[in-house]
Amino acid sequence: MTTDPTPALLQVSGLRKTYRTGGAEVVAVDDLSFTLRPGAALGIVGESGSGKTTTARMLIGLERPDAGRILVQGEPLADFVRGRAARLARAKAVQIVFQDPYLSLDARMGIGATIDGALRLHGLRDPAARAARVRELLAQVGLGDREAAALPRHLSGGQRQRAAIARALAVEPAVLVLDEAVSALDVSVQAQVLNLLSDIRRDTGIGLVFVSHDLAVVRYVCDEALVLYRGRTLEHRPVAELLAAPRDPYTRLLLASVPRPGWDPDSISSRRRSLDPKGLPA
Amino acid sequence: MPLLEYDALGVTLPGTARPILDGIDLHVGAGEVVALVGESGSGKSVTARAALGLFPAGADITGQVRVAGTGLVGADAASLRDVRTNRAAMIYQDPRAALNPVRRVGDFLTEPLRLAHGWSRNRAAARAAELLAAVGLPDPGRHLNQYPHELSGGMLQRVVIAAALTTEPRLLLCDEPTTALDVSTQAEILAVLGRLQRERGLGLLLITHDIELAAAVSDRIHVMYAGRIVEAAPVADLFAAPRHPYTAGLLGSSPPLHGPLARLTPIPGAPMGLLESAPGCAFAPRCHFAEPGRCDQSPPPPERHGPAEVACHRTAELTAPAANAPAPAAFHASGKEDS
Amino acid sequence: MSAHPAHPALAAGARRPLARLRVLGGGRLRRACLALLTLFVLVALLAPWLTPHDPTFGKLGDTLLGPGADHWLGTDQGGRDTLSALIAGTRTSLAGPLGVVVFSTLLGTAVGLFTAWRGGWIDAMAGRALDIVFAFPALLLAILAVALFGKGMTAPVIAMAIAYTPYTARLVRGLAVQEKARPYIAAYRVQGHSAPFITVRRMLPNIAPTLLAQSTVNFGYALLDLAALSFLGLGVQPPTPDWGAMINQGQAAVLQGQPLSAIAPAVAVVLVVVAFNVVGESLGDRLAGRDS
Repeated sequence: MTTDPTPALLQVSGLRKTYRTGGAEVVAVDDLSFTLRPGAALGIVGESGSGKTTTARMLIGLERPDAGRILVQGEPLADFVRGRAARLARAKAVQIVFQDPYLSLDARMGIGATIDGALRLHGLRDPAARAARVRELLAQVGLGDREAAALPRHLSGGQRQRAAIARALAVEPAVLVLDEAVSALDVSVQAQVLNLLSDIRRDTGIGLVFVSHDLAVVRYVCDEALVLYRGRTLEHRPVAELLAAPRDPYTRLLLASVPRPGWDPDSISSRRRSLDPKGLPA
Repeated sequence: MPLLEYDALGVTLPGTARPILDGIDLHVGAGEVVALVGESGSGKSVTARAALGLFPAGADITGQVRVAGTGLVGADAASLRDVRTNRAAMIYQDPRAALNPVRRVGDFLTEPLRLAHGWSRNRAAARAAELLAAVGLPDPGRHLNQYPHELSGGMLQRVVIAAALTTEPRLLLCDEPTTALDVSTQAEILAVLGRLQRERGLGLLLITHDIELAAAVSDRIHVMYAGRIVEAAPVADLFAAPRHPYTAGLLGSSPPLHGPLARLTPIPGAPMGLLESAPGCAFAPRCHFAEPGRCDQSPPPPERHGPAEVACHRTAELTAPAANAPAPAAFHASGKEDS
Repeated sequence: MSAHPAHPALAAGARRPLARLRVLGGGRLRRACLALLTLFVLVALLAPWLTPHDPTFGKLGDTLLGPGADHWLGTDQGGRDTLSALIAGTRTSLAGPLGVVVFSTLLGTAVGLFTAWRGGWIDAMAGRALDIVFAFPALLLAILAVALFGKGMTAPVIAMAIAYTPYTARLVRGLAVQEKARPYIAAYRVQGHSAPFITVRRMLPNIAPTLLAQSTVNFGYALLDLAALSFLGLGVQPPTPDWGAMINQGQAAVLQGQPLSAIAPAVAVVLVVVAFNVVGESLGDRLAGRDS
């Protein structure tokens, strides 16, 4: 790693996770590898059961991989985190924004206080400096003093998701994971948050791992995309190539499934059937 | 006579700043697919439920909704029951919530036939198996004996569609029928709905937040904002030339899958809640084209502009063919940035 | 919870014997009960200044008097003024259950939060251990404690606190498992906060309202159990005034035609238990309403 002129921000290799359900072993993620350069954005595309959420949870340390390694700025993420210093180091490596804007903020805390708590934990002692930083972070996501004082239930879905992004940025992580972070938002609000994400990427050089089922949104945010199907990586290529000339039949199916004028949903059923001949209809 | 007809329907809850629904005019004929598109708080689901005579408790209702000629506002229990069991059926977003988890799929399908129509167990089971085959489930006999947790979301939504068809209604109300499903499953469910609708000549009202989806499967689109229909037009016209700034904004809010990729021009702000109101056009506070002293004075009445019906004070000027700037492009190129 | 024999303390979740009362009174009943409890607490606090006579010993000539101007509720066979004993007894009768509820809530909350957070085999083991404690009725455990450590208040209160702990622990564990699965808790973990901070400072306040409702209901049943213990002569020892002990001592008076010295404390017990139940359940209902 030390000889590499541009060290990878995030390097994932051979990641594997299995679950046991009723005696049967289900492989959630199988031999997943990718590299993220500073300032890059990788889309992880998949449907339910693809392993995309398990991947996100392994990256933030909420699930322990059965095999494989996750390196952030060349440092391996520890399987077990013990002690305050290790916890804080872990937090600085990867942060996350969850899908549900209604459950991802503490209902009892104003969003300013939530961000203040993160800053205090990470060593910003001086209250005046903290207040200034809270204001700066909220301004970065387009929120003001009124929102800072408000409880989450008095904010709209889009404002809450902005607050969750500000909370993640407060820790100044190397990598930000977004797990379906815009899919619960109204269409008009989703566009605002997408623009916000591309601004953050441009301004901070943070690495983004953007987990989503929506190819159009992945195209807007990311430069590379990785298609997951039942835990396996089908394709990992620049987004433009992936969309222009998808190689895997499943990627082609996903593309064909996006509704548009003149769309023929009938053909998709038969294509899906041919992909998975023994399988039941979804 | 249309299968479903809204006639200036208004619904107001006490203690709110604006009506949930205000002057809804819409009709769905036999063999027609009509989409109702809107964001949260637009009133699209309330509109759909009104077609079954279901209104929010304590609401003040004006106007009328008719299903096959039967008025539902102020209707007696017998005619409501007739509409709900025989004339219209609703398919909801979450199929898991629609089925009782401890009862078999077969019970769910046969109960309406046996209880409401007095069919024998065998006759009802045969009909249920026939319907499951019609919605594309490969092994109806087995599925009848399964419990909901044994089926995937897409398979359950097929079961729900089959259940909706048991009493052969002519009108299907679909409230975000594929929002909880995977994208490829969504396509399959829409294929099933589309096929059934064509084969049986059903009228279908599709409620969705996804304007692209609405465009893909319906004949006409009605766009709702804050309880009003702001634009209604045939799909092709609406996409080629949106006439209401909100419609144009919605179209400009989704990133394209193909073609050039420019920075999105989102609609600023958030959809209007029930506790907020605007004296004029409800969209004016978020509109790039709102003209002070005009758009914020009185709500614009729906007016016909070519093939479309639009409720906007400025449609005539904004869509007038100008030499240098065609209307839709003017919407998209608006320089105002989101907040 | 359904695997366990129904215990009165489960009423809030499983059986709702007082649900019908609410139909009669609704909000008014809840307010009346709240007022009643406030009154009892005030009486307990101000008891030494409120008693018209000596609550511990009576006078020889005053035995078994009926209600009158001097003794509003009459006297018992020891000549003690029933009203004074009732007022002074409020203290001991409320202090015991308070000890039970405070101790069992603290211990149950600690156990519930810890097992929910750790999960896995620790959670499973703790579950089995709680099952064993569940098997002992609170009153039986209290009697056992008296047999081992002698009569009085301290041993039974501790024994009953232990017997009540599983109910709180189960409740807190269930709520905490639910809360732990929510992304806001995951966000605290990912930010690097410590487990004690997240569970005690962030999770607990979010489940505290439900916990408070359960503890309020528990208070009523603990009072009932402790009164029963005193009635059996195993709890508070005469002449210390206590409602349960008063009912016991009043038995003879009932036979001699002056039942008030037994009935008055019995009515007090019923009123307090019902009031705690109504207030606890309405707390629970209001929370349920707020969540939906």
